[in-house]
Amino acid sequence: MRPRPMRRSVAALACLLLAWTGPGSGAARAQERPALIAAAADLKFALAEIAGAFSRNTGKAVRITYGSSGDLARQIAQGAPFEMLLSADERYVADLHRAGLTRGEGKLYATGRLAMFAPHGSPLPLDAELRGFQSAVAEGRVTRFAIANPQHAPYGKAAREVLERLGVWQRLQPALVLGENASQAMQFAASGSCQGGIVPLSLASAPDIAALGTFARIPAAWHSPLRQRMVLTARAGPAAEAFYDYVQHNAGAGQTLARFGYALPEGK
Amino acid sequence: MEWDAIRLSLSLAGWTLAILLPAGIVLARWLATARFAGRHWVEGLLALPLVLPPTVLGYYLLVAMGGTSSLGRWFQAATGTTLAFSFTGLVLASLLFNLPFAVQPIQRAIEAIDPDVREAALCCGMTSWQTLVRIELPLAWPGVLSAAVLTFAHTLGEFGVVLMVGGNIPGETRTVALAIYDRAQSFDAGAAGRMSLLLLVVSFATIAVSYGLGNRVPGTRRRR
Repeated sequence: MRPRPMRRSVAALACLLLAWTGPGSGAARAQERPALIAAAADLKFALAEIAGAFSRNTGKAVRITYGSSGDLARQIAQGAPFEMLLSADERYVADLHRAGLTRGEGKLYATGRLAMFAPHGSPLPLDAELRGFQSAVAEGRVTRFAIANPQHAPYGKAAREVLERLGVWQRLQPALVLGENASQAMQFAASGSCQGGIVPLSLASAPDIAALGTFARIPAAWHSPLRQRMVLTARAGPAAEAFYDYVQHNAGAGQTLARFGYALPEGK
Repeated sequence: MEWDAIRLSLSLAGWTLAILLPAGIVLARWLATARFAGRHWVEGLLALPLVLPPTVLGYYLLVAMGGTSSLGRWFQAATGTTLAFSFTGLVLASLLFNLPFAVQPIQRAIEAIDPDVREAALCCGMTSWQTLVRIELPLAWPGVLSAAVLTFAHTLGEFGVVLMVGGNIPGETRTVALAIYDRAQSFDAGAAGRMSLLLLVVSFATIAVSYGLGNRVPGTRRRR
């Protein structure tokens, strides 16, 4: 019976673990529960700043999950416990509204812009009209280029429209690297293993990322507008309601969005 | 470091162990001693998570737990929350993808016990349960411990299934593995690096311990 003490210590360890981790989450939930927010990945830096200011001002906390709008909307439709969705494409909000999963039709909070990003050392020339990019693709000099997945990421869909407009979509196919969402596309584009990518302006212009390369704004007329709409879901609690209000009406929140390159809805 | 995520991962691993280990012992004992036609199909089914792409398992679990399945509807009626994207759903998924890690080491250890020992115990009037608890488990203990260690480490590390079934919700389903993915996407190389190092050290330590146990198995070798 030599191994007995070992058995006892393992059992004790397991009990300790359950005691430490088990009821804790329940206790945390009993206090004022932070609102669970689902947000499009292009908002990663801007919304983190807004949420920080919101918590300081109101004492209420939010927890934000970033992803592609399509993915997040699907999860909400399948019953994920999010209380609010900030989508990058208003159609996902409309779909959820039709399915009866939201409170009202939501509100337009920003219009997004795209940027062409090239990391330091990339041979991609960045001019306002992207002619240098066009010829680089035509000459086969672009071997790796990142965009978000056009299937379920609005910024990927807009990037595809830009590439089609430039007439390089077909030619670029073998070089395309698809990010799961806009922020992963940004990560790929800035990683140095891609020559560049078409990414949200809000990410490319964030200080942490702007330091990794250069970017050029893509004219808003080159793709269908990225009308970003937010909505409370049917299960929204008071903290989520307050945050919804804050993003919509707080002047600081509007300034933050504008600083990250978003166009604000009229009247703000 | 996201302590929330670390705590959640430990909690998930703890619950998985607490439920799966007893069930694994019973299953392993049955597989090690029973002889019946089609046994390899049962063993194959239990080993399936080893070779199945996590996305396949994740997809079926998502379908099975969704609001349109009877399991999903029953859970929602009972608790008011959906099974998918909840911690309970994650535990359920974790039980499934850990089955081979829990069962196989125990099964091998019980198989290594000389059948004469078991027969002697039965001849002495012990019931099958008594034999399991008082003879087989003490002998097969290193196998049980290595099953526990593997299950624990594997739960901390599982990514695909957790992402599909759990949906990366902070404090509810965002485990360390998902937090690393999230931090890396947010250009937070510092946090991603620290949590990766933590998982690397824990995984290495657990695997080394489990190999150490495998080499030091008292009294379970066949003597014939």
